[in-house]
Amino acid sequence: MRHRWISVLICAAVSAAATTACGTGGASQTADGNTELTIATFNEFGYEELFKEYEAAHPDVKITQRKTGQGQPHHQNLFTKLGAGSGLADIEGVEEGYLSQVMSKASQFNDLKEIGPKIEDGRWLDWKTQAMTTKDGKLIGYGTDIGPLAMCYRKDLFAQAGLPSDPEGVKALFATWDSYFAAGDQFVAKVPGVAWFDSAAQVYNAMHNQLETGYYDKSDKLVVDTNSDIKSNWTAVTGAVAKGQSARLGAFSNEWNTGFKLGKFATKTCPSWMLGVVETQAGPENKDKWAVTDAFPNGGGNWGGSYLSVPKQSKNAKKAAELAAWLTAPEQQIKAFKAKGTFPSQTKALEAPELLEQTNAYFGGVKAGELFATQAKKIKAAQYKGPADGQIQETVFSPALQSVEQGKNADEAWTTAVEGAKKAAK
Amino acid sequence: MTATLSKVDRGRAQEARPRPPRRYRLSNLDTKVSPYLFVAPFFVLFGAIGLFPLLYTAYVSLFDWEVGADEPLFIGLENYRTLFEDDQFWNALFNTFSIFLLSSAPQIVVAVLIAALLNANLRARTGWRMGVLLPYVASLVALTIIFGNLFGPQYGLVNDVLGIIGIDPIDWQASTFGSHVAIASMVNWRWTGYNALIILAAMQAIPRDVYEAALVDGASALRQFFSITLPMLKPTLIFVIITTTIGGLQIFTEPKLFEPSGGSGGGTEHQYQTVVLYLYQSAFQGLDLGYASAIAWVLFMIVIAVAALNFFITRRAVR
Repeated sequence: MRHRWISVLICAAVSAAATTACGTGGASQTADGNTELTIATFNEFGYEELFKEYEAAHPDVKITQRKTGQGQPHHQNLFTKLGAGSGLADIEGVEEGYLSQVMSKASQFNDLKEIGPKIEDGRWLDWKTQAMTTKDGKLIGYGTDIGPLAMCYRKDLFAQAGLPSDPEGVKALFATWDSYFAAGDQFVAKVPGVAWFDSAAQVYNAMHNQLETGYYDKSDKLVVDTNSDIKSNWTAVTGAVAKGQSARLGAFSNEWNTGFKLGKFATKTCPSWMLGVVETQAGPENKDKWAVTDAFPNGGGNWGGSYLSVPKQSKNAKKAAELAAWLTAPEQQIKAFKAKGTFPSQTKALEAPELLEQTNAYFGGVKAGELFATQAKKIKAAQYKGPADGQIQETVFSPALQSVEQGKNADEAWTTAVEGAKKAAK
Repeated sequence: MTATLSKVDRGRAQEARPRPPRRYRLSNLDTKVSPYLFVAPFFVLFGAIGLFPLLYTAYVSLFDWEVGADEPLFIGLENYRTLFEDDQFWNALFNTFSIFLLSSAPQIVVAVLIAALLNANLRARTGWRMGVLLPYVASLVALTIIFGNLFGPQYGLVNDVLGIIGIDPIDWQASTFGSHVAIASMVNWRWTGYNALIILAAMQAIPRDVYEAALVDGASALRQFFSITLPMLKPTLIFVIITTTIGGLQIFTEPKLFEPSGGSGGGTEHQYQTVVLYLYQSAFQGLDLGYASAIAWVLFMIVIAVAALNFFITRRAVR
């Protein structure tokens, strides 16, 4: 605390505002006349081998990767340097959670339809491309991976509650949100001390993203208090909380991890990448207790996944777009899937045998690749995201739902959330 | 100056005076300029990383300046007006002062007591003295995460212990006072020993003969402590209190990492969001640099005011 946070923050703010930021500036030509392309990624995109392959096929291109461990610092850096006007890589990874912030600055990214190579129609799932297309039809990112949602559940606890527990039998419970919450009532009545889901925000976010219209309408008007679907989702989730269906464990907190270990909740909204998280947190002692089924209330949904974009700052935008287009082709994306398990967003990749045959031993040898490919095709359309959409979801609605779990009156929390959304949208 | 003097004809044409030899000029320059060069590093550094950011922040605070916006819009003092009407800011200010009082006040009292104990004749004195510094050596982040676990609302150790002695579990995340106590305990854990050592050093600088005189006059140990030790510690106490004030009002890491989801809201309803945390949230989540700069400047003023207040109170109280 005594580390003069203020001045550190101010320095950060200043360097963000001044034109000469701390970055190295756009890459250009190397001494021997080759083109140097930089690509900034976070977590694991699984591209390391692909870069070598591309360099071998294009001797005039040298690729440098700037890798950040986590998504949050990567995107903070992205927005700061967008503001500074320089310092970004030629290709920048963008995660789905930051989509609305990136879309509101779409003018600072290249239209890949304009500068990129010709790409076959229908390379990506429609909703994936739709989400990164601006209102005037510019495509500012090529889709890499996705996180289609399925439902994970505890077989043993379901059996204990007298519910069906085989992957086919449970599908009826996960048909709609009504049937899901009804099954939850039945579950908590039978199994004391165990909740139905981990936290209200996790369920609510999945419900919310299925809506046709979210917090904003297509003219960027905030409709949080007039869109009745939002309120009815809110009422459904907070109603379930009141009946003890929530374990009240915020996602990714330490207590959430403990909740997995102790088996404190019976279902979890599960994007493809969540299987690994469940395995790590629940641990070997809970092996074969968790199962996953290709059903999700009200169809499907998506949580996570990324894009590759080319900022206007890039001095080699055309060549960068070529590389990005190559990396996001189905053949390459399947290799990335095999390297790091990133679930591809390309329609052809979803039919590749390597993907369809992938199994998960922790979840009883389920054919996970095929299961999530089925789920990915159930998603109908991408919801339009307004400028402060991500912020409203993360800093307003999720905490407000948590406050209900902490005992706050649901109506009061709703008022707080609506006010908070208006403030965030200002 | 020379302009007021009339020209005197010295029988020579008005030709340019020969310039002094090069070496002479250099040494002249040396005596005039080099002292400034010697002190320059401090001023250059201070200007670059202290003064300039300070002034530039004041400048930025006059704009509606969003990260990545094309054209920042000059809005004068509008950010400050919004700030003074912003409930979340006042809430953050309340939290900051509450955590500050819960941490600083007990901390300094305990630090003085520990210092007095360490000043006594103890076996393995150096060992004890080093021991109180251990929490300070530990990494702040690691410490905060461990405390976050201890104060976990559902599976935390503190609630388990409270349960054994028959106290209902406290939701350290949901309750305002509870979360402040949890955060203050992290601060106290880390800083009490550090302050105790500073005070101990000052105690040892108090001349022995004063105590001897008091002993001869028949003063008890308690009387000696209040009439000699405390007054003689005054300058050190002022220093400790002012640094604690500055640190306490800028508290950031503890509340930031206390949030289980890793957000910057400081609890579901900002129960423990401090001013710096709000500043951080405005700048790096809201991406509103102008507003964040206004918060920074108001906080700067508050820190100065509180430090000055403490200075005067301490000067009067400890005589």
